Amino acid sequence: MIKKLNELKAGQRGIIVSFKGKGDLKRYLMGMGFVKGADIELRRVAPLGDPVEIRIKGYSISLRKEEAKNIEVNVK
Amino acid sequence: MEKIKIALAGNPNVGKSTLFNQLTGMRQHVGNWPGKTVEKKEGAFRYGDYEIEVVDLPGNYSLSAYSIEEIVSRDYIVDEKPDVIVNVIDAANLERNLYLTVQMMELGANIVLALNMNKFASEKELEIKSNTLYQLLGIPVVKIEASDKTGREDLLNAIVKVSKKPNDVSNRLNYGKELSEHIQQLQEIVEENTLSGAPSSWMAIKLLENDKIIIETVEKTLNGPNILSDVKRIQKHLMEVFGEDADEALADARYGFIAGLIKESVKKPKIDKITRSEYIDRVVTNRYLGIPIFLLIMWLTFQITFTVGAPFQEIVETFFGWLGETIAGIMGTNWFSSLIVDGIIGGVGGVLVFVPIIFLLFLMLSLLEDSGYLARAAFVMDKFMHKIVGLHGKSFIPMILGFGCCVPGIMATRTLENEKDRLLTMLIVPFMSCSARLPVYALFAAAFFTAYQGWVIFSIYILGMIVAILMALIFKKTIFKGMSAPFVMELPPYRRPTIKGALIHTWERGYLFIKKAGTIIFALSVVIWVLSSLPMGVEYASQASVTGQLGTAIAPVFAPLGFGEWQPAVSLLFGVLAKEVVVSTFGTIYGVGEDGGGIMMALHDTFSPLAAYSFMAFVLLYIPCFATVATIKRETNSWKWPIFTILYTTVVAWAVSFIIYQGGSLLGFA
Ligand SMILES: Nc1nc2c(ncn2[C@@H]2O[C@H](COP(=O)(O)OP(=O)(O)O)[C@@H](O)[C@H]2O)c(=O)[nH]1
Repeated sequence: MIKKLNELKAGQRGIIVSFKGKGDLKRYLMGMGFVKGADIELRRVAPLGDPVEIRIKGYSISLRKEEAKNIEVNVK
Repeated sequence: MEKIKIALAGNPNVGKSTLFNQLTGMRQHVGNWPGKTVEKKEGAFRYGDYEIEVVDLPGNYSLSAYSIEEIVSRDYIVDEKPDVIVNVIDAANLERNLYLTVQMMELGANIVLALNMNKFASEKELEIKSNTLYQLLGIPVVKIEASDKTGREDLLNAIVKVSKKPNDVSNRLNYGKELSEHIQQLQEIVEENTLSGAPSSWMAIKLLENDKIIIETVEKTLNGPNILSDVKRIQKHLMEVFGEDADEALADARYGFIAGLIKESVKKPKIDKITRSEYIDRVVTNRYLGIPIFLLIMWLTFQITFTVGAPFQEIVETFFGWLGETIAGIMGTNWFSSLIVDGIIGGVGGVLVFVPIIFLLFLMLSLLEDSGYLARAAFVMDKFMHKIVGLHGKSFIPMILGFGCCVPGIMATRTLENEKDRLLTMLIVPFMSCSARLPVYALFAAAFFTAYQGWVIFSIYILGMIVAILMALIFKKTIFKGMSAPFVMELPPYRRPTIKGALIHTWERGYLFIKKAGTIIFALSVVIWVLSSLPMGVEYASQASVTGQLGTAIAPVFAPLGFGEWQPAVSLLFGVLAKEVVVSTFGTIYGVGEDGGGIMMALHDTFSPLAAYSFMAFVLLYIPCFATVATIKRETNSWKWPIFTILYTTVVAWAVSFIIYQGGSLLGFA
């Protein structure tokens, strides 16, 4: 099932299938491992509901949902 | 002796500073990159017959044009052409770390890989075959431990070796036939037009990635439009082949290449173990506990900084008091002793009083940062900061510290990576009512609002916060328009901070404060003293002095705010030195000494209660003290922002006090 990254529940995992948009931020995130085919997990949501903690390429990174929504994940 | 110029590069948090300190010891110089707010550390050391100069490049994940740090790093590699780049790598996080390595290879850097944090890698049960990695990349790979001297000799050996005989990495990077061909094609076009000093293949890649800086460079050249239309054509073709933009195809190709490297050179366990960090985070960023824990830690930081600091502060204060009296005693009362005692000791001493709390604060911040908690604090608070003021989660910490003292508050903005976030935070931190302003409120509240002292003072603090939020919103709509710094932040694993590391950090930052802020304060103190002592023969700081006359001249400006006499004007002028000086100036001017009911009685002749409240608001908001202004100068590395701060805070203070006084009068308060 394909979902936007910001819609994943805490603990859900999947594989990145697409990354929408253009520009520096996207390039930057791709550099941090957000490339097609990468394993990804939404670890947890911050106490106030945003941002979220993502696990990718063996490390943790936090993103706002705003940024996460451009990434589509095939949920396992 | 032969010189070798090296630079340290790597992702944030991989132990780069630790290695830098280990290599250079105390022989280092901390400054800024020219024209940037990014910190630049340089140092030198001897190894055998070599004098090795080291530059610590900013911590980066990549070399795109995303942040100033990235631009600084790649410009350095292109323009300065260091002999060797030591790429420090977190062995526990090889895959992502190698992305930077690959980008530096594209840039033609002559690299030595220093694998650090090997202990954490073995905890994760990763086994890295450095020899295989070396053979695949054509780059020497050395295992080190930055925190002790493990691998130091091997590393230095490798550095000397590749400085003599640069690595041959041509054709190591393999991005697949299709991409390589088109990079090659574009590379030839770039070469025909002999563009800039950067490697042509790198320029080709950056053009394909739509890198804005490289595009700008090319646009300016004679044949620019043609080259760019070639770029467009190739991008379009790649889109047809790969079904994605060229920059995505490149990122995929790099990670693909890295995946190949990892497969050959790393043995890893089937499943990720749940790490200690994960267990800690389950508590520390927990839905219910996250915010209480954050508040508790902030409270502790604040308490430790200011309560532990207070007695030391008193010692410094007492010392300068004693020094002043002793000098006055020896030299008698003449202009020269007044210059030394009132001018220099008063001014510089007033700033050095901050040193104990600044060192403590930096110690606390280093511990929070090195342990990994700071990133969690930002994670927990981001939504709050983002919703209310459009700022980054990390801005919360400087603002809280501002309540103690704005100087460390402003210095704490260093933890913000984004320059605009940093500037904006610096501009609003001064509205957090620092502890130096409290004596002023205490005096006025006691004199005019006996029954409601606590509430009146509390309302001033709230007023400061409201103004800060409003100004942040205004700035976001005007000078920092269009900026919406995304919140992309690594949450590094928790690590036990080392005392040595924390002390080094503390010393580096604290020393800068003493050195740079000190010199500016010194100069300004002398200026103020001169103005208060001229013309010859007047009583220091009396109405007849230049300062007194200045006060008299500007006093009418304050009339609409309810305090148009010369005494408040002069005390505000002196208050710029340090805000508590407002109180002592009233003492001097009224000739009643600093404490006791004397000042209060005298104040009643000058102020009505409404005017008193308006004055308190003005003291809260107007020009932050010299130390703060000097710190902004030092942190932004320009005069633009400190001067802007002086002007805009004064305007804001005037406007707010005007509203308070005139509005209050209309409503019938007196
Ligand atoms: N165990 C261990 N910790 C290290 C080592 N090198 C650095 N650290 C710790 O890792 C953290 C980040 O190091 P730092 O040098 O500030 O990283 P930088 O951001 O790359 O400059 C600090 O808490 C260091 O004490 C190492 O070789 N072993």
